[in-house]
Amino acid sequence: MIRATDTAVRRPPHVPGEAGVWVFIMGDMWVFALFFTTFIYYRAQDVALYTSAQQHLNQSLGAFNTFLLLTSSWFVIHAVEAARAARAALSRRLLLGALLCGAGFVAVKYFEYSEKIHAGLTIASNEFFMFYYVLTGIHLLHVAIGMLVLVYLWQASRSASRNGAELDISLLEGGASFWHMVDILWIVLFALIYMTR
Amino acid sequence: MARLFLHRATAMWLLLVSATALSWEFGHGFGFGAQHRYATVMVMIIAFVKVRIVFLEFMELRHAPAPLRLAFEAWAMIVCACLLFLYWPGV
Repeated sequence: MIRATDTAVRRPPHVPGEAGVWVFIMGDMWVFALFFTTFIYYRAQDVALYTSAQQHLNQSLGAFNTFLLLTSSWFVIHAVEAARAARAALSRRLLLGALLCGAGFVAVKYFEYSEKIHAGLTIASNEFFMFYYVLTGIHLLHVAIGMLVLVYLWQASRSASRNGAELDISLLEGGASFWHMVDILWIVLFALIYMTR
Repeated sequence: MARLFLHRATAMWLLLVSATALSWEFGHGFGFGAQHRYATVMVMIIAFVKVRIVFLEFMELRHAPAPLRLAFEAWAMIVCACLLFLYWPGV
């Protein structure tokens, strides 16, 4: 006899979102893998410089940003779950929660950059700060793109609801996967740039 | 509503936040004292364990076809191994 719990555990394989989104995500992640290894390779050539320059970073802000992105991912997962349960209005509120966390991340980064620049630490200061600004800057660009995707999904869900329809779930799943990738890249960047001693 | 939030993902979020706190502790001398090279190795391993949790749980690769899941698992393994390999001689 098949019990309900058995079918819940043995879910058939499912690719969230469109296949193209996964090709893009994988490609982007390999580009970042190259950034990560380049950073750690150059660090190994001049450990003293990297260690002393790293002292100027605010680790607490980096950790807080990790918390913000993890929380935004939590909102996105539940936005997808809510949409699957045909609760579009709740799904949109959860997307707004994720957007707020994303905005918080950008605000913290803005504060962090301006703090550094006022202290005279710019992209030209040394090799460590060159990597710091370029890598976190490219990541910040991904956060901004991810936020635009979330706004688009919110908008698409609202117009679908107005027309009495449901948002195409694969659209939401694809956007969610991109947002989680942004989270992943930050997890590694935080460990490498802020915590590696 | 409560059922929606008492989801496996909430437990995973808690685990990820706790792992961040643990790597923070390692980064500030917990466990290894002045032996910061071991602490950094722990920080990196924790980071990639977190990455794997996000892959499987948040990106739903746990339920994805094996080739897709393996491609992401391989990314995490290869990148983590390369970083540790390049980090160690430079300590």
